Amino acid sequence: MNSDTLRQLRRFVDMEFRSFTREYGGMLEKLFEPLGDFLLFSERLLTQSPWPMVLAAILFAVWVTSRSLKIVLGTAATLLLIGYFGMWQDTMRTLAMIVASTLTALTLGLPIGIVMSRSDRLQRWLTPALDVMQTMPSFVYLIPVVMILGIGRVPGLLAVVVYAIPPIIRFTNLGIRLVAKDVLEAAEAFGANGLQKLFQVQLPLALPTIMGGVNQTIMMALSMVVIASMIGVPGLGQPVLKAISNQYFTQGVLNGLAIVGIAIVFDRASQAYGKRLQRHLEATHE
Amino acid sequence: MNSAATITPTASTETPQVGISLRNLYKIFGPTPEKFIGAVREGMTKQELLDKHNHVLGLRDVNIDMRPGGIQVVMGLSGSGKSTLIRHINRLIEPTAGEISVGDVNVLELGSRALRKFRGEMTSMVFQKFALFPHYTILENTEYGLRVKGISRKKRHEEAMRWIERVGLSGYEKKYPNQLSGGMQQRVGLARALANETPILLMDEAFSALDPLIRTDMQTILLDLQQDLGKTIVFITHDLDEALRLGDRIAILRDGEVIQQGTGQEIILSPADAYIANFVKNVNRGRVIRCRALAQPGEAIDGPNLNANTVLEDAARIMNAEGKDQANVVTKRGRLIGTVALSAIIGAMIPPQDPPQDPPQDPGS
Repeated sequence: MNSDTLRQLRRFVDMEFRSFTREYGGMLEKLFEPLGDFLLFSERLLTQSPWPMVLAAILFAVWVTSRSLKIVLGTAATLLLIGYFGMWQDTMRTLAMIVASTLTALTLGLPIGIVMSRSDRLQRWLTPALDVMQTMPSFVYLIPVVMILGIGRVPGLLAVVVYAIPPIIRFTNLGIRLVAKDVLEAAEAFGANGLQKLFQVQLPLALPTIMGGVNQTIMMALSMVVIASMIGVPGLGQPVLKAISNQYFTQGVLNGLAIVGIAIVFDRASQAYGKRLQRHLEATHE
Repeated sequence: MNSAATITPTASTETPQVGISLRNLYKIFGPTPEKFIGAVREGMTKQELLDKHNHVLGLRDVNIDMRPGGIQVVMGLSGSGKSTLIRHINRLIEPTAGEISVGDVNVLELGSRALRKFRGEMTSMVFQKFALFPHYTILENTEYGLRVKGISRKKRHEEAMRWIERVGLSGYEKKYPNQLSGGMQQRVGLARALANETPILLMDEAFSALDPLIRTDMQTILLDLQQDLGKTIVFITHDLDEALRLGDRIAILRDGEVIQQGTGQEIILSPADAYIANFVKNVNRGRVIRCRALAQPGEAIDGPNLNANTVLEDAARIMNAEGKDQANVVTKRGRLIGTVALSAIIGAMIPPQDPPQDPPQDPGS
């Protein structure tokens, strides 16, 4: 292709997209407004409530999911240290963002994974799409998102979800496909229908694999925090960004460690929850 | 224990007895089985179908009538199509051609909803590798069929506990399957099937994965249960001893074809071909053949009265103990059928020197 046609092609696509944005941008923005409001609300809830209350609520949530004193104490220590080093507000903003984007990724990803496990054709189509979502540099798809929705929390959330959703889809699909055929046949022989097979056999037995996907999704969402901060998502990413441009080494490390800290809390709590759902695996004969 | 086959099916008070009838059943595995069904009907061999058309012949012209309340054994080596056959009865596998009826239900006419209902109400299955739900407790496993049918939690708990007790697993109901040994797991498999209270029990090599002592145990449990339940049981096995012990009737399958069917005694006394003769050569005939088969018509003589269903080994033991070399063979009600000599009994217990003179064939496993 010579450089002239290439230039024309580029200009054509860009112009078309720009006019599309002008035409429908406002409408799409309206569409996502409730999501933005929700993000803002949860962020305010976490940042403006008195910190002992927030801390207690988080520790309670960790206890409910993990039922492990060790994990609760670890969480308490992590959060107190974060507060001591003055990163409480930013951490809370990041937390709100991560919880919202992880929940969005899971509520979208699980059903997609389930449908994908039932159709080989869909699997053939979706796999390359997921590959693209995971490998395409996130800045590239940030461009259209920012063009349409501007900068702020909602485009940030979308970018994080696009990046973090592939593992949960993949692992759900894989987990269901790996469920032993004989057990499935047994359910069928007893007259189970499709939904009964799904909820009574396939999903419970795929759970260890699905929990692996949940873990990966959370980790990938957290790793997007800094990049999302470039399009105006508040939180721990902002000071890191500042630290990069001003070469504030300590500030970068501290905020980075805060991200690592909440990643570990998320991971331990969700894995402990998954394990509790799989008590049957611990017990063995002899 | 050795008189297992004397069990006579008794009418169950809870479930009606239904028979199963398979008519001209064909199964071809592959992408376009309907294209080859005609050729197979006209005698295309399994090998030719596989080599030239890349389709696998699963079953060829299978006709079996399974008596209500009896134990029908289907025996064959691996690859003979026996697991395929049993899965046709509840249509886990669809036949390529033929008819399947259970009682007066034409199984092939059922729509998907009716088929699920049929599976829940008419058939229960026990699997070779147990196929228990690993994430459910023993209780939850046992009540699974009832749960699928939408029976209330309380009622199905009661039912399941009854069957757990019946198979001797009381106290284990809160354990998970992988906390139990293989034999215990299969008892759960049996309880899970029985809790459904269906008239038909399908057992796909149910005891093959167990070690020999446990297997004998399980056979005893099954026969004891069957005394009370009188279900129509289809039992798949590759083990001739198991087939002879359990089966009221036995069908022998090879390469997807039924090559002989009858009672265990009929098969041993007159094997249809060299393949079967070779198979039955090493069977302990004294535990299979019954006095009725040897009874010579005649007047009552001085000797013990033997029930016609007594196996030869027991008959010889009794006559030996009484020091008599002749005995009367009588029915359950005491009517004389004929007489039998100890020498005839011993003669029948000795396996024939040579199987019939056809060349031995490859079992095709």
